[in-house]
Amino acid sequence: MAPLWMYLAVAAALFSLGVFGVLSRRNAVAILMSVELMLNAVNINLVAFWRYSETGTELLLNGYAFTAFVLIVAAAEAAVGLAIIITVYRNRRSVIPEQAVALKG
Amino acid sequence: MDIFNDPNALPWLIPAGPLLAFLIISLITNKSKQVPATDRHEYGGHHPDYDGMPVPVVHPWGRVISVAVGMAGVLVALLISWQTLSNAVDLHHIGPDVLASSIDWMNTGETTFQMGVLVDPATIIMLVMVPIAVLMIFIYSIGYMAQDPRQARFFALISLFAGAMLTLVVADNVLLLFVGWEIMGVCSYMLIGFWFEKESAYKAAIKAFTTTRIADVVMLLGIAYLYSITGTLSFREIMYNPETLDLLATTTPIIFGGWTVSAASIIGIFLIIGTVGKSAQFPLHVWLPDAMEGPTPVSAMIHAAAMVSAGIFSLIRLYPLFAAGGDPHHGVMTEPLAFMAVVGAFTALLAATMAVAQNDVKAVLAYSTISQLGFMMAALGIGAYIAAAFHLITHAFFKALLFMAAGSVIHGMEHGEHHVHEHGHAHSSPHPDGGGAAEFDPQDMFNMGGLRKTMPVTFWTFLIGGLSLSGLPLISAGFWSKDEILADAWLGIEKYGSGAHALVFVLLALAAFMTAFYTMRQISLTFGGEPRTEAAKHANLGQGVVSFTMTLPLLILAVFAIGAGFVGVPADFPVFGPIFSPEYNNFKHLMIESLPLPEATAAFASLPNYHAKPPPFNIVPVATSFIVALLGLWLGYRVYWRNPPGDADEDPLVNALGPLHGLFKNRYYLDDIYGEVFVKPSQWLARQVIVFLDRGIIDAILHVIAGISTWLGDLTKVLNLWLIDGVGDGIPIAIFNFGGWLRRMQTGRIQQYLLLALIAAVLIGIVLVLSSGAALPQ
Repeated sequence: MAPLWMYLAVAAALFSLGVFGVLSRRNAVAILMSVELMLNAVNINLVAFWRYSETGTELLLNGYAFTAFVLIVAAAEAAVGLAIIITVYRNRRSVIPEQAVALKG
Repeated sequence: MDIFNDPNALPWLIPAGPLLAFLIISLITNKSKQVPATDRHEYGGHHPDYDGMPVPVVHPWGRVISVAVGMAGVLVALLISWQTLSNAVDLHHIGPDVLASSIDWMNTGETTFQMGVLVDPATIIMLVMVPIAVLMIFIYSIGYMAQDPRQARFFALISLFAGAMLTLVVADNVLLLFVGWEIMGVCSYMLIGFWFEKESAYKAAIKAFTTTRIADVVMLLGIAYLYSITGTLSFREIMYNPETLDLLATTTPIIFGGWTVSAASIIGIFLIIGTVGKSAQFPLHVWLPDAMEGPTPVSAMIHAAAMVSAGIFSLIRLYPLFAAGGDPHHGVMTEPLAFMAVVGAFTALLAATMAVAQNDVKAVLAYSTISQLGFMMAALGIGAYIAAAFHLITHAFFKALLFMAAGSVIHGMEHGEHHVHEHGHAHSSPHPDGGGAAEFDPQDMFNMGGLRKTMPVTFWTFLIGGLSLSGLPLISAGFWSKDEILADAWLGIEKYGSGAHALVFVLLALAAFMTAFYTMRQISLTFGGEPRTEAAKHANLGQGVVSFTMTLPLLILAVFAIGAGFVGVPADFPVFGPIFSPEYNNFKHLMIESLPLPEATAAFASLPNYHAKPPPFNIVPVATSFIVALLGLWLGYRVYWRNPPGDADEDPLVNALGPLHGLFKNRYYLDDIYGEVFVKPSQWLARQVIVFLDRGIIDAILHVIAGISTWLGDLTKVLNLWLIDGVGDGIPIAIFNFGGWLRRMQTGRIQQYLLLALIAAVLIGIVLVLSSGAALPQ
């Protein structure tokens, strides 16, 4: 079995990609996708830590369960986020967050 | 206590009607608004000075209700007075028995001061006279004041006046009497100055008020001293109580004790000075002629029914005090009696001489009032108690009649003057009055003449009143009362050779002669001869309510001006005595009961027998009365009626009297002397007080206090601006600025927020890692 740090390194790389995407992309859809990347990096960590922890047996499914929650929340978030993005796009013909400034004081 | 059924308590209600009327009118029905005055009234009017000035105008119905309320008040007083009189008649022996009721008014240490009402013979005669005279004056006022914008105010004040007079009449102690006395003083002030737009009116009001005030202060001192010695002010306990009178007559007073005067004398003189002011005796008589500035019904009220009568009435009430220690009927005078005799007799003559030279129809009557009051005062001074009271009553009736008749004449003259202007009579007026109504004096008798044809009722009633005033023998009321004074005076001369009696007799006889003369002069100038002006030719009272209400009282009073004399005809007078006084002199029989009983006073050496016998019939005083009255009337008739002065003629008196005429006409320059001696120094003193005391000291102190306060205020203001405002404003400003600074973080850019969140997370992570220590690579 591969050592824990490998998993963590992959997760960290994936998270960094996500962060970079969130901070650098102007398109809201791309930002949403990057957020999904970050969530999945966290999922990898959850599963990896669960597997390598002392209680990581088949009987206690904490890591799996948490990951499943995160996936569901992410799906819901993506659904809501996309809906908002579509609505914003319909109204403003743009999916760039900096341009959605109707509420700015 | 059922006040309506208890005859003792009923007198409380006598003054209530007019006093209530005053309250109702002044609080409710006298609702007015200010409008510029116009000459709206029918004829002339009494107040040309109103024109253009804002005057309070009462709504017509308010005026009608005010008049109705005023009349109702005085009618109630009249009816209750009559009921009280009939209750008094039912008493077993009026005098020792009286109607009296009192309440505890004030606790004064060990004793309780009581206020109450008392109906004794002295009250009874006033209750016969005052309500009737007042009612007549009220009826007359309806017509006389019909055109005045301040009618409601007039009725309120005159109701208060009547209420105060009735309070004084029924009072059972000196203090309540003094209360009524002072309220009348205030009312006279407001009513004399009723047409206060006229300078002369408000000056007359101030003069009347100030003059009577001087006397009132002295009177109050007398009351205070009386109370401090006797411990009571009740008439019954002092004047009808020989023990108290004896105490007063034998006590040595705290002042002037070395002059062998008694406390009774000191108190008596103080109280008399009060009356000298109120009843306008020399030297405080100056206010009364000026009091004519008020409306004529007020003059009738002051000169006849109320104010001046109140002065004499209070002396009548207090008479036992004055006579205590002496015996006027046996020529033994006390100081107060001598004082009254001298002042009264002197005033009677002095005022009569002034009246002779007056041209103003009301002025003549005003001086004759002073003169007649002098008669009463002198009568009291020589112990002619009954005669004084009798003359008070008869005088009130005929003087009220004369004043109201004179008011009718003035009214008629104004009417005539208005008529002349209205119809543009171009033909030359005999008295060229400079072409302006302001020049015309409707009160000047030399503008009148011949009014007997245009105003017959006024003429006849005036004639009756005038003859009564002159003392026309046998048929007029004035004769019987004056004759009685002279008879009393003669008795003193004849039996005891008393100097005071002789002085009174001579001066009063002279005054009576002049009275007859000036009255005839007045009647002749006003009603006799031919009209001297156009206004006089057209003088009349008009038609309707005004004429009716101004004539009716004259007719009623004319009956009294004759009839009132017959109640006091001496029993032993030839022919008339047996007819009118078959058993005794009715008036005397009643009135004498006001005085302490002879059985009671006999035990005290200091007290006289108050129940002196009436003077026996003597031809000398009667003949004197006949001669002075008839001679005076004849002389007046001869000079003025038979040869009436022509249109532009001078008064024949001017030549006959020479320089004396000027002296009489100008009131012996007394007013001018008072002006120089009293008024000007007072004004000078007042000005000095203004300069030194008010401006110099009081203002200086005030200015210093004001300066300190201002400085303190400025200091506090700075503190406010700097400290309180600084803190108060600083806190919100700081919060605002901090918010503004913080606000810059909120850029609205999501990625920036995320970046910040990331940095924060990284920092937190580093801190966690560093603080845990164990995770550090070795």
